[in-house]
Amino acid sequence: MDFISILSIFVLACFVGYYVVWSVTPALHTPLMAVTNAISSVIIVGALIASAAAGSAGSKWLGLLGVVLASVNIFGGFAVTARMLAMYKKKDKPAAKESGK
Amino acid sequence: MIAHAAPPAWALLAYLASGVLFILALRGLSSPATSRAGNRFGIIGMALAIVTTLVTHIPAALYSGVGVEVDNGLITPFESFAFVPDYVAIFEVLAAIAIGGTIGWVIARRIKMTDMPQLVAAFHSLVGMAAVLVGWAAYLNPEAFGITGAAGLIEPQSRVEMGLGIAIGAITFSGSVIAFLKLAGKMSGAPILLPARHVINLGTLAGILILVGYFTQDQSIAVIALITALAFAIGFLLIIPIGGADMPVVVSMLNSYSGWAAAAMGFTLHNTAMIITGALVGSSGAILSYIMCKAMNRSFISVIAGGFGADASVGSGEAREQRPYKQGSADDAAFMLEQAEKVIIIPGYGMAVAQAQHALREMADKLKEKGVEVKYAIHPVAGRMPGHMNVLLAEANVPYDEVFELEDINSEFSQADVAFIIGANDVVNPAAKTDKTSPIYGMPVFDVGAAKQIFFIKRSMGGVGYAGVDNDVFYLDQTMMLLSDAKKMVEEIVKALD
Repeated sequence: MDFISILSIFVLACFVGYYVVWSVTPALHTPLMAVTNAISSVIIVGALIASAAAGSAGSKWLGLLGVVLASVNIFGGFAVTARMLAMYKKKDKPAAKESGK
Repeated sequence: MIAHAAPPAWALLAYLASGVLFILALRGLSSPATSRAGNRFGIIGMALAIVTTLVTHIPAALYSGVGVEVDNGLITPFESFAFVPDYVAIFEVLAAIAIGGTIGWVIARRIKMTDMPQLVAAFHSLVGMAAVLVGWAAYLNPEAFGITGAAGLIEPQSRVEMGLGIAIGAITFSGSVIAFLKLAGKMSGAPILLPARHVINLGTLAGILILVGYFTQDQSIAVIALITALAFAIGFLLIIPIGGADMPVVVSMLNSYSGWAAAAMGFTLHNTAMIITGALVGSSGAILSYIMCKAMNRSFISVIAGGFGADASVGSGEAREQRPYKQGSADDAAFMLEQAEKVIIIPGYGMAVAQAQHALREMADKLKEKGVEVKYAIHPVAGRMPGHMNVLLAEANVPYDEVFELEDINSEFSQADVAFIIGANDVVNPAAKTDKTSPIYGMPVFDVGAAKQIFFIKRSMGGVGYAGVDNDVFYLDQTMMLLSDAKKMVEEIVKALD
């Protein structure tokens, strides 16, 4: 891919991000941070390429370390987001009962 | 080695799909009902990106042999290639994922909801460090990333992307480490002000940019090492002068940086998933920073410049003589809460510190049983990160339709019988409206003064809010100070309500 195509994707994605994030309800801003944290660890792709490639031992070990760090983030980020979001779920029913709806 | 070849078309489509899935993950957060499906989209997107990369980059040892081909009597020699998977390397990669994944999983299971801000800061630091490592790995083995140009040198454009990616990643890392230490209370939340810090900071930033420019001319390891070192230093220097109260902005800002770091690496690797994600996360963090700044009526620049809340003796602090206030007991509060028709609860960071959210919910339940209408009012900067209070209330099973944002509930205080302030301070300070000299002047605050009765739970009269300003609400006629630990006080009120 040439630079202009990549730049186009980037610029359009910034706009998508802008509109999508404004539509996030403020009550979910903490899960938003946790999940953006998890997805930004897609940088693991770079770490995987480095750790799978032969040719430079230094590059490979840096890559493997990168894989470990990004994995902490991916598993931790998605798990903690799921944990938080589950808390927003379980009170739907008691809420209806308590407020006498 | 197969990494030279451009990724096959299906892989490019897979990366695009995972980018789209990440967009859907954020889109799901527009309401609690769709949010869990959103999170699943995110997980699928991530799995897709990882599997695609693993499949297209199977570590292999390449064997070549020479043979001959006979075709129409013509004999042509050819080289034959055979890929033999390098099982040790495959094992190493999978082990790395398993180690990291287990650590992350265990932390996510065990973390207390009140500790969420520091967890997020810690996770940001990992993204930053991963970006630095990937950048360095690409520098050491550019062929694996397909970014070598003529004469085996790294393409100049890739060097700029790589340099910026490493720099942003390093800033994210060291900045997040400081934010983590401050949020976790392992380091004083007070701003640390170096003399001439603005000159040092701007000089260092300029130095990094100049070095990135120079890197296009000279790709020696000293240049990239210096960029990395300066970026680590500037991340540290940028965050130490920022005080505890500004942490919501800092955490959001670092969130944004971690996104830009991923995007810069996406440019280096020509990877759509990374670019889309980086742009999403970058704008997400930027928007959250903007919301936080607006909720404090501060400019982004003034937050970054730091020093807020440094000196409590400035302004009204010195003139702070003992003014008369009313102090009440849990029994008094319980009695009046029972009589009320409408109670609005304003939680703040103090509630999080005292872990009072469960007791608070119990109190609200008791009141609701007695026919009192209970609502929660949340200021955008309450707590230490965006949405911090919402999560704590959700943890305590408070239904989210009882929780309101500042602008949605502020007009209701005039109809409220009781404003119940627990662990909040600056967000109810009328000085933000009346006192032009106040450091929080212009910040939108709750009009608690309009309520018939105010209960203010506070540890003691000694401390002031994080902004270091006195609060006139303490001394209003209708205010009753409940001086105690927030959790203990609420538990006593619950007992008294029986």
